Amino acid sequence: MIVADKKPIEEIIEEIGDHKNVLILGCNECVTVCEAGGKKEVGILASALRMYFLKEGKDVKIDEITLERQCDHEYLEEIRDGIDQYDAVVSLACGVGVQFTAEKYHATPVYPGVNTCFLGATEERGLWTERCQACGQCILAKTGGICPVSRCAKRLFNGPCGGSTRGSCEINKEVDCAWQLIIDRMKDLERLDDYEQLSPLKDWSTDRAGGPRKVVREDVQQ
Amino acid sequence: MQYPADIKIIRVPCTGKVDVIHILRAFEKGADGVYVVGCMEGDCHFNAGNFRARKRVEQAARILDVIGVGGERVRMYNLSSSEGPLFAKYAVEMDEKIRELGPNPIKLPKKSAA
Repeated sequence: MIVADKKPIEEIIEEIGDHKNVLILGCNECVTVCEAGGKKEVGILASALRMYFLKEGKDVKIDEITLERQCDHEYLEEIRDGIDQYDAVVSLACGVGVQFTAEKYHATPVYPGVNTCFLGATEERGLWTERCQACGQCILAKTGGICPVSRCAKRLFNGPCGGSTRGSCEINKEVDCAWQLIIDRMKDLERLDDYEQLSPLKDWSTDRAGGPRKVVREDVQQ
Repeated sequence: MQYPADIKIIRVPCTGKVDVIHILRAFEKGADGVYVVGCMEGDCHFNAGNFRARKRVEQAARILDVIGVGGERVRMYNLSSSEGPLFAKYAVEMDEKIRELGPNPIKLPKKSAA
């Protein structure tokens, strides 16, 4: 999932500035799971903002809506009838949701309410870690299911490097050496012979280097 | 056994049920202070309910500090169900503390807005 973290309330107050009718727009997907922008976080932020503006003597209306997703036209359409009553939206979706909402509702400023961090997993409640950088050409089949693109600081394809010490990466002892994990896993899978094979140069044209990417699937297009 | 009459008790099955939003809504509706009374730490029938409540009380306090309502208006207490006099003592303590702090700062603007 896409992992995001909450922005400080002070920053959101600054974003809102002098707007008088603000919609806090949550998303029921990834940001709900990572407890940054779901219905619950929308409620907490909206309540805090209402109290803040009241205390400041400012007449600001803060409403709350949480959509199923903000990255799909059909769900974003649900707010079309009411969007004109707001002069700003604070979206608690990931950067995709913020942009898609802004693209759809041109006349309304849309501000981000979370910092979008990475594609990751929930290791335990309150701990999310990165697992994928969406490089566009998955090589997990060759690396025992452990990704050196996202988990090796140097993105090495024939690791480990000399900085790997007792299973830790040289950038931080808390970070596992991805290549140590790969070797351990290959051992468990009895595939160490595969590890001995040199990986060819990776085609990075599917990564961000080629600019914004798109996936076109004519078979499912209507 | 007596405790201040202006304290409204909201019963929950376990303090683990209390969420940040419940505390904030109480302030939004004009409460001057909120305190959560849970079982003794280590005695939770659901193992971690009172620890969760404490964390949420701390989160609510941080938010109240940021928005200028004041994090000291919210507090967590622990006692066992047989400690009636201690319950009353905590109620008096909280009541005095809130009287010292004065009314919830959103109350006055709220009244004038209405």
